[in-house]
Amino acid sequence: MSRKSSPFANLFLVIIFFVLYAPIFYLIFYSFNSGGTMSGFEGFTLDWYKELFSDTRLLIIVLNTVVIALLSALISTIIGVFGAIGIREMKRKRNQNSILGLNNVLIVSPDVIIGASFLILFTMAGIQLGFYSVLLSHIAFSIPIVVLMVLPKLMEMSPSLIDAARDLGASRWNVLTKVILPYITPGIFAGFFMALTYSLDDFAVTFFVTGNGFSTLSVEIYSLARQGISLNINALSALIFLVTVVLVIVYYYISRRAGNQGMGGMRR
Amino acid sequence: MENKVTRNLYMIPYALWIIFFVIAPILLVVYYSFLDIEGNFSLVNYQNFFTSTYLQMTLSSFWYAFLITVISLLVAYPTALFLTRTKHKQLWLLLIIVPSWINLLLKAYAFIGIFGTYGAANNLLEFLGIGSQQILFTDFSFVFVSVYIFIPFMILPIFNALESLNPTLLDAANDLGASKWTTFRRVVFPLTIDGVKSGCQVVFIPALSLFMLTRLIAGNRVITLGTAIEQHFLVTQDWGMGSTIAVFLIIIMFVIISLTGIRKRGA
Repeated sequence: MSRKSSPFANLFLVIIFFVLYAPIFYLIFYSFNSGGTMSGFEGFTLDWYKELFSDTRLLIIVLNTVVIALLSALISTIIGVFGAIGIREMKRKRNQNSILGLNNVLIVSPDVIIGASFLILFTMAGIQLGFYSVLLSHIAFSIPIVVLMVLPKLMEMSPSLIDAARDLGASRWNVLTKVILPYITPGIFAGFFMALTYSLDDFAVTFFVTGNGFSTLSVEIYSLARQGISLNINALSALIFLVTVVLVIVYYYISRRAGNQGMGGMRR
Repeated sequence: MENKVTRNLYMIPYALWIIFFVIAPILLVVYYSFLDIEGNFSLVNYQNFFTSTYLQMTLSSFWYAFLITVISLLVAYPTALFLTRTKHKQLWLLLIIVPSWINLLLKAYAFIGIFGTYGAANNLLEFLGIGSQQILFTDFSFVFVSVYIFIPFMILPIFNALESLNPTLLDAANDLGASKWTTFRRVVFPLTIDGVKSGCQVVFIPALSLFMLTRLIAGNRVITLGTAIEQHFLVTQDWGMGSTIAVFLIIIMFVIISLTGIRKRGA
């Protein structure tokens, strides 16, 4: 599909890009507004950023969010990688497909259902709502993504590679650490990174499984936004935008190296 | 034999995950859907679901999800098509995707500012001489913001489908004297229908279950299935009824997936 682009096409794209980015820059623009609203720019100020950095409660929430994201991404990557290796080693195609079907349930399910069903699960199991319930649910919804990122890499690996290693006397552990894992490293990184961003971005599931006293950034923004406009959210969003752009560049670099073109596994 | 033992060993956490976080939650939702508000076993929730209140809600939820999906498609298809014709198309595609990585709540919050009484949208309307309007807390703002949020997810699969289209087919259509429009209608669109289907799937299902937007942007005027589930679970604490609605949402989800085919998101 490579043909010359018409002026109309270019104009259309410009409008789309404008609409996509306008709200984000609107937020960032007003984070420097000395007046307290998102309408009518009165003067330049960094007060909202100062206020943000002196708000210990909010900083703790940011820290919570990052800790949950890193921990859940790490644990789900480990479980997901081993799961993917297990799926690959399954002999029967039918078993493989049914496991993959179960694997995808959490990816296609709406967040509300995941959140509500996990809430029932944790209540039945007697797990207190808070840090651990949030961590567990983030691990739970990240595992299938990791599997989907790692599995294609495993599938493209030639089985003779493993046979050769075995013939040369490698133990099973050696095969795993010296052959399989290095081969699928790009997939593992992509999976970890996806899990990280899913966790950072999640609102609906977390909203169901947080108790009182524990909050992540999305949940906090939701409750602040329901109260109306306060410009430290704008300051916060400017910072988050910066971090996101950095993460996207990192991810782009990783996926380039991994060689998969489409940015697979996206979320609402 | 050693092979099998070690395989099972590292499959254990994954298998446990499937049992406890995939199978158990669904069974629990189904189980709870048969409990009334006092925790007794009954079919009262299912009876309630088939009263006009809930059927109307389901219908309107469908209507909004349908609107959101159709508008997203109408915007996303040309965008994807034009993107494939640009130089550096992978870079442009990435730039389309970047906003989808910004936290959903922040984007919704931005629209509270833009659509507010004194926000940018009303300033523009004043400037055009139309005058200030109530934009926030209307159906329009709800559909607009939803479309805004879902567009990248619609563009991506369509873009990928267009990319895998064989360009010689276009030349062939051209050589055989087809007009641009005929080529699009008879060649391009049918061959990218899979991308359209998976795009619709990743938009329609979440659109049925949005609940934060109905609260923040639609001011509780719009009630989707998602809003109702959230309401029953977290506000009225009637988990039974919430689960019943969830069961119907799951059934709807499976119907849609079987209609559009299971596909990896964005693939």
